[in-house]
This record gives sequence, structure tokens and C-alpha cells, in this order.
Amino acid sequence: MPADAHRYQFQPARVRAEFFRLLPISLFVVAFGAAFGLAAVQKGLEPLQALLMSAVVFAGASQFAAVDMWGGQVSLVPLLAVVFAINSRHLLMGASLYPMLREMPPGRRYGLLLLLTDANWAVSAQQYQSGRKNLEVILGGGLVLWLAWVLGTGIGVYFGGLLQNPRSLGLDMVLGCFLLAMALGGKKSPRTLLAWAVAAIASLAAWRWLPANMHVVAGALAGGAVGFFWLERHQGPEPASGENDQ
Amino acid sequence: MTVETSTAGILVIIALMALVTVVTRFGGVFAMSFVRISPRIESFINTMASSVLIAIIVPMAFSGDAGAIAALATTAVIMLATQKTLPAIAVGIAAAGLVRYLVG
Repeated sequence: MPADAHRYQFQPARVRAEFFRLLPISLFVVAFGAAFGLAAVQKGLEPLQALLMSAVVFAGASQFAAVDMWGGQVSLVPLLAVVFAINSRHLLMGASLYPMLREMPPGRRYGLLLLLTDANWAVSAQQYQSGRKNLEVILGGGLVLWLAWVLGTGIGVYFGGLLQNPRSLGLDMVLGCFLLAMALGGKKSPRTLLAWAVAAIASLAAWRWLPANMHVVAGALAGGAVGFFWLERHQGPEPASGENDQ
Repeated sequence: MTVETSTAGILVIIALMALVTVVTRFGGVFAMSFVRISPRIESFINTMASSVLIAIIVPMAFSGDAGAIAALATTAVIMLATQKTLPAIAVGIAAAGLVRYLVG
């Protein structure tokens, strides 16, 4: 790695802007945090324990799965295996940000990653496809999502579910719709469309036949293989990549 | 190996869950720091990134109810027609609520 590699221009003003960009979706995250908090206390966690879990784990789907396995005793290895499987998509999400993250000193790089989650990653990854570097959304967006998740958990553990049935209002689809909008808002070349088709088929096959929770990684790697074998001559504005490759 | 859900036991479980999750957040970036980013790797990373989204959404649609499918289909149509993110999401969610109200 070249000595001058650490030169991502991190702009504090953009962090604030990204905080407010993800504020609307964070309001929905509060509703899910409340659903998690309620589920956690119903399974026997103390309110403060549920809050601590949300604050330090900050990965909703895996937390729901974990409290589902709760009881008088918890089998540690299966529980941690499920948490790892559900969160293994972070491995690929983080890797996809590496071309930007390597322009930062390691301390900042890994500090930012503490706030990596689906929604803020989707924004950053989508913008990178169009040649814009945006790590500010990982920090600003991650902060507002984290606050919403912890606040929602607090509401759930102390006041019960925020809504009687968030599903009836379609609120369980917020993240799905958000991620879909991000995907369709990105650059769509024939190569991308082929990768999507491969990813869709592979993820469905993995969902159907592989052990639970492996479909995201399986589908994403299969889609990535398309990019590995099919190179495009011009990938967006060139300065977005490769400038430190000497 | 089982852990009693006593106060100390729960704290241990939460700490280990946090550790496992941080490993997933750091691991991909850490592994990439040993890889030279050639154009081919860059191309792999970029298609993989957009494939992550598809690999989350497609099984969600296939395992979902009519409301979930309505939400995703509506969002897709509006997004492709207008490229406006927030309206696409809002109408998608409303579609899920409406379909569940009518069907459920």
C-alpha cells in the first residue's frame, strides 16, 4: 500500500446531511426496535439487558433470532452460529466498501465499520456505483439508525409495542422496499442485469436447499462471479477507483 | 455448551453476540487489505455489492405473503418509472398495508 494512501476527504458537514437523509427511514426503525424490545422482555430479558444488546450488537434480524432461542438456558454455540450466519452479509458489505475505506487510516476505518448496517451501506454502495464516494453516510446515517434502534428498543421494553400490529401497516416491508429502491436506483448495465439474474437464482436455490441464513452470501458471491469474469471497459468515472494502485 | 440466563450469563451471551457481529463487520475489510485491488477484483466487488441487495430481496419476495409481494412490486414499478426513492418506498409500504387489509 502506498504511503500516501490515507487521503479520503472526510467532510463533517456531509455527515450531518447524511444523518438527516436517513432520518425518515430511522422513524420506521424505531417501530422495529419497539417490536424487538417487546419480544425481548417477553422472552425474559431485563429491560436494560435488551437495551444493552441493541446498543452493542446493533443488528436487528440476528437479535430477533437470538431472543427466539432464549430460555432458562441458552445453547451458546448454535446461538452464535445463527448470529454469525445472519450477519455474514456484513463481510461482503464491508469488503465492497474497501476501495474507499483503504483511503482512511485503519483506526477510522474500523471505527466507521462499527456503524455498518444494511441501510447506510446500501446508500454508500449505490453512490459508489455512480462514481461518488460517500463514507459520510456510514457515520451520519449509521448514527441515526443506531439511535433509532436503541430508542425503539427502549420504547418496546418499557411501554410495550409501539403499534399493536406493525405488519398490518406494511411496516415490516420498509427495509425490503428501501433496499430494492437502492438497487433499482443504481447503474444498470447488461453485466449488472446478468449478475442480478444469477444472484436471484443462486439465492433462491440456497434459500431452498442450503442451511438457513446462507442465501444472502451465496447469492451475492454468485452475482459477484459475473463481475469477476465479465470486465467492463469503462466503470463509471475513473477517479473513483484505481487512483492509488501504483 | 449451555449458559444459564442468570444476569452474568446474559451479559456473557450479549458480549459474545457483539463480538461475533463485530467480526462480521470488520472481517471483510480486514481480508480485503491483503488483496491487491486489480480491475478484475474491483469488478467483482461492484457486481457483488449490487447482488447483495438482490439476494436479500428475492427470497424475501418468494417467502413473503401477498402484501410483501405487493410492496416490492409497487416499489419496483415506481422506482423504475420515476427514480424517486422516498415515494417508491412510501407507496410500496402503503400497498402492503392495503393488500393485507383487503386479504387479511
